[in-house]
Amino acid sequence: MRDWIETQLGRLIGVALAGFIHLMTAPRIIWRGKPPGRRSRVYFANHTSNADTVLIWAALPPKLRARTRPVAAADYWLKNNLRKFFGTRVFHTVLIQRDPDQRGEQDPVGEMGTALDEGASLIIFPEGRRNDTEAPLLQFTTGLYHIATARPDVDLVPVWIDNLNGVMPRGEVIPVPLICQIFFGQSMRLAAGEDRDTFLQRASDAMLDLRPAEVDP
Amino acid sequence: MTDMGWRIWPEIAWVVTMLIVLTLIVSALAERDGNDDLNPVVDNLSARLRGWWIMLGLLGLVLAVGPMAVVVLFVFVSMGALREFLTLTTRSKADHWAFVASFFVVLPVHYVTIGANWYGFYTVFIPVYAFLILPMLSVLRGRTDRFLSRVAETQWALMIAVYCLSHIPALLFLDITDFAGGNFLLMVFLVLVVQGGDVLQHFWSACAGRHPIAPIISQSRTWEGFGGGVISAGVLAVLLSWLPPFGIIGAFLIGCAIAGIGGMGRMVMMAIKQDRGVQDWGHMSDGQGGFVDRLDSIIFAAPVFFHLTRFFWQTMAG
Repeated sequence: MRDWIETQLGRLIGVALAGFIHLMTAPRIIWRGKPPGRRSRVYFANHTSNADTVLIWAALPPKLRARTRPVAAADYWLKNNLRKFFGTRVFHTVLIQRDPDQRGEQDPVGEMGTALDEGASLIIFPEGRRNDTEAPLLQFTTGLYHIATARPDVDLVPVWIDNLNGVMPRGEVIPVPLICQIFFGQSMRLAAGEDRDTFLQRASDAMLDLRPAEVDP
Repeated sequence: MTDMGWRIWPEIAWVVTMLIVLTLIVSALAERDGNDDLNPVVDNLSARLRGWWIMLGLLGLVLAVGPMAVVVLFVFVSMGALREFLTLTTRSKADHWAFVASFFVVLPVHYVTIGANWYGFYTVFIPVYAFLILPMLSVLRGRTDRFLSRVAETQWALMIAVYCLSHIPALLFLDITDFAGGNFLLMVFLVLVVQGGDVLQHFWSACAGRHPIAPIISQSRTWEGFGGGVISAGVLAVLLSWLPPFGIIGAFLIGCAIAGIGGMGRMVMMAIKQDRGVQDWGHMSDGQGGFVDRLDSIIFAAPVFFHLTRFFWQTMAG
């Protein structure tokens, strides 16, 4: 019973959150590649704001939201009961241990692979942390490469989120409504014989290519 | 339905009939063209017609609930428009407070006083208090890069998306002698003449256009189209002169004025879009742009229409 209530409450909060983010950002959603279907895929996106996950999630068709799981840090999402509720019931996160010493049997790539095998899609931020610099994109961590190696038949979809950090810059409490754009690019996979650095560079370029052209102020 | 709803039902019936006829004509035209060959003029017209139907639904809302419903509705329209506008302005992190204040203080306060019909306040609140205090909020954050651009563009956003736009619902509260209760007909008149003027300028440009007004901004907007459109909008206003209390000549002159302001205002907004490298302000529905795209000419015409009406028909009579 308790479980059922938590599930329903989580779903309700999810709908409310998606509605709220639509109201604040009126996201313009552009599919450069194939729109999502039944198949599992991995979305990899730039990370400039805490709302990134919610925005990608809200940009997907409602039916697919519950099956699209953000990959997130266990130490953050297990810290207290509220976060735990949001992490498991609202966002259905795939939690991974950042600290290698705390990892038990399962390694992060294994966790992600299991989730993909179960039919879920994943949202990951390959920069590994929030980008607060002026640079458009930080150096990728190797996670994306490992998942591409472990599940070579899964489509990897680059995502570029534009303007979200204007809605709520770091350190601000109140968001302002501004229009955001979210670009979903052509899917990619690990090419035969491609080494790690070439692959990560190609993935990073695919994301940067999605950026809207800057107009001189 | 309120009393005034019953009193003016013949006028409403006329507008509804006109819209039904227009809709039938346009859908017949669209039918003839088929789906593969899209005709931009018909497309443009049907987009406008949708806008007019929405406007009509809005008027139904006034009749059913009262003017407050329209004020509340316009709070959301202004929010949408301001969101679109501020997305394109020069800004930095240091403007965050100014933005928060614009959205969550200036806009609501302005609309509350519109609803309270406190003319002396809402006329000066944005141009005096908001314009002076918002830059102070930005200066407190201590960043001076592109400061003047940031401040000025935020001010303009408020001017267009809140101040000018709010003069549409403000029409409902004008106190005009011998015209009590029919104020929303002023709104109908404004929308039909300005939007009709847009279509007519389009039409005249297509038929007789030779000299573009500003070739860089638009090849299709010509002086011939502008002149012909403004005069025929005046004629349209005369045909609609049973809506407002202006008389025949008054309706013609005001019709020309608001169609002219609206048409030129549209070009101003096109220039901004062009500078910022965007096709549309927003994307409310597919291919129709956002709030600002649909309302650009009316946004410019509304305050002028409001003040002309107020000056000649309120203060003279009172």
